[in-house]
Amino acid sequence: MNTTIMLFLIQDGITNGAIYALLGLALVLVFAVTRVILIPQGEFVTYGALTYASLASGQMPGTAKLALAMGVVAFALDVFAGRKSLHVRLIARSFLANIVLPGIVLALTLYFVAQKPPVAVSIALSLVIVAMIGLSLYRIVFQPLAHTSVLVLLIASVGCHLALQGLGLLFFGAEGQRGPAVLSTAFTAGSLRFTGQSITVYGITIAFIVGLWLFFGWTLYGKALRATAVNRLGARLAGIRTTLSGQIAFLLASVIGALSGILIVPITTLYYDTGFLIGIKGFIAAIIGGLVSYPLTAIAALVVGTVEAFSSFYASNYKEVIVFMLLIPVLLLRSLAAPAVEEEKD
Amino acid sequence: MSALLAVTDAHVAYGKVEAVRSVSLEVGANEIVTIIGANGAGKTTLLSAIMGILPLKGRVAFAGQDLARLDIEDRVARGLGLVPEHRELFVTMNVEDNLELGAFRVEKARAKASMERVYTLFPRLKERRKQLAGTLSGGEQQMLAMGRALMGAPKLLMLDEPSLGLAPIIVADIFRIVTELRAAGVSVLLVEQNAQAALKIADHAYVMELGEFVLKGPAAEIAANERVAASYLGFQHEAASAL
Repeated sequence: MNTTIMLFLIQDGITNGAIYALLGLALVLVFAVTRVILIPQGEFVTYGALTYASLASGQMPGTAKLALAMGVVAFALDVFAGRKSLHVRLIARSFLANIVLPGIVLALTLYFVAQKPPVAVSIALSLVIVAMIGLSLYRIVFQPLAHTSVLVLLIASVGCHLALQGLGLLFFGAEGQRGPAVLSTAFTAGSLRFTGQSITVYGITIAFIVGLWLFFGWTLYGKALRATAVNRLGARLAGIRTTLSGQIAFLLASVIGALSGILIVPITTLYYDTGFLIGIKGFIAAIIGGLVSYPLTAIAALVVGTVEAFSSFYASNYKEVIVFMLLIPVLLLRSLAAPAVEEEKD
Repeated sequence: MSALLAVTDAHVAYGKVEAVRSVSLEVGANEIVTIIGANGAGKTTLLSAIMGILPLKGRVAFAGQDLARLDIEDRVARGLGLVPEHRELFVTMNVEDNLELGAFRVEKARAKASMERVYTLFPRLKERRKQLAGTLSGGEQQMLAMGRALMGAPKLLMLDEPSLGLAPIIVADIFRIVTELRAAGVSVLLVEQNAQAALKIADHAYVMELGEFVLKGPAAEIAANERVAASYLGFQHEAASAL
C-alpha cells in the first residue's frame, strides 16, 4: 500500500469515526441519565437523513406527521397523568409543546416542500422534526418505565427500534436516497482532497463536543444532568426532576442522531434501515468506553471508523465482521477487569 | 398556631411487612424534634416516607398543605429537605457544584446568599470547594450533605443519623450547627441513635420501637424517663461516667 492510499483511508476513517463519536457520546449520555440503551438512536439518524433528503427533493416527509401524531399521544398521557390535579398552566404548556409546535412545523413543512426549500431550511426543519419525535418517544415509552430495570428498558428500546424502522419503510420506501451537500466547495492539500462535506463533518463534531463539554461543565442544567447520572436519589433530593433530565438527554440524542444523518446522507446513500448499522457502530464505541467515559468513547469511535475504512479496502466483504469483532477482546478484557456486579435497584 | 409538619396516622409498608404503624408526629416552627430508637425501629423508613421516597398511608401536611400528591422534587421546592443516612452526594463532582445543585429550584441571587451562609456554617467546605465530593472525609461529606440540603432554603430539615460513623469531635460540631439552624429559623427533625446527644439539643422527642411511637413529650422529660434511660441512655451514661 502506498502512502496516498493510507492517508486517504485514514481520512475516510476519521470522517466516519467523527460521526460514530457523536452517536457514541449520545448513547453514553442517555444511558448515564436514564439507564436506557438507546437502540432507536439509529432511527434518529435515518429519520434526520431521509427527512432532509426528502425535503431537498421536494417530497413530503412522513416524519412531520409522525411528530404531530406522537405529540397528540404524549399530550393525552400528560392530561391523564395530571387528571387529579388539573393544573391549567401545565396542561397549557404540554398542549403548546406537544400539539401546537408540531402543528406549526407540519404547516411549515407543507409550505416549504412545495417550493424546494434552501439547504438551511431543510436542515432546520429536519432537526426540529426529529427532536420532537425524540422528546415524544421519551414521554410515551420511557418516562412511564423510568423506575423499571435496565432489562425492561432495553426490551422497550428494541421495541421502539423495530416500530420506528417499520415506520421508516412506510415513510421513505425501500429505495435509498441521497441529499445535497451542506457545503459544496473542495480543496486539496498535498495528495489529499478535502470536500466541503468532510470539513463540515469535522467542524460540527468538534463544535458539538466542545458545546457538550461547556454545557456539562458550566451550566446549571448540564450539571443537573450529570448529577442525575451520578446519583438519581441525590438529584431528586436537590429538587432536580428526573423527567426533566430524561427529556434533555433524549432531546440531545435525537438532535445528535438527526445531525449525523444529515451529515452522512450527502456522502453515502441511506436506506430506511441504514441508520441501525451506523448506530450500532456508535454503540461499539460507547461499549468500549464502558457506557460511562466520554473521552474513551470518542477515541474508540475514531478507532472504529479507521478499522472500518481499512477493512473495507482490504476485505470489503468482511468489513462489518471485522468492525464488530473489535468488541470481543474489549468485552473479554472488561469482564476480566471488572468484578461481577448486581444490577442497581432503586 | 398549627404545626409546620403534621403527620397523622401514618403507615409505611415494604410489600406486606409494615415497618411503620399508626404514627403521628408534629414539628413546630423553630423547633428541634428528635426521634430516637434502636436500629430497625423504622426511623429511616418514616423519614423516607415523609419525603415521598416511599409510599405512605395516612396524612402528611407541611405548612398546612397536604403532601400526598407531591413528588419528592415538589416537596423540596416547598421547603422540605432531607439529608439521608447515605448522604447521596454527587461524588464525581466538586463541593461547589454539589452545593450549587442543592439550589436548583432557588433563584440565582438567593442561591448565592445561601452559598455564603453555608460556607459560614461550614468553613471547611469553603477550603475544599474545588475538591471532588467523593474524596472528602466522612465528616466533611456529612457537612456537604447538610450544606446541599440548606442550599434549597428549607423550612424544615430532616437529618437521618448525622453522627453515624463520625469522630466525636465532629459529631459535637454537627450538633452545634443543628442548634444554630434552629436559631436561624430552620426547624429540624432529627433521627438519631446517639440518644443522649439528640435529647440534649431537642425541644421535643419521640421514642420509636418496632415501627410505633411508644413515648413522646418534651425532650427533657423523655431524657428523665427511667425506661428511656435504661434502654437508650444507660450504656452511654456508663460510658460517660467511666471517662
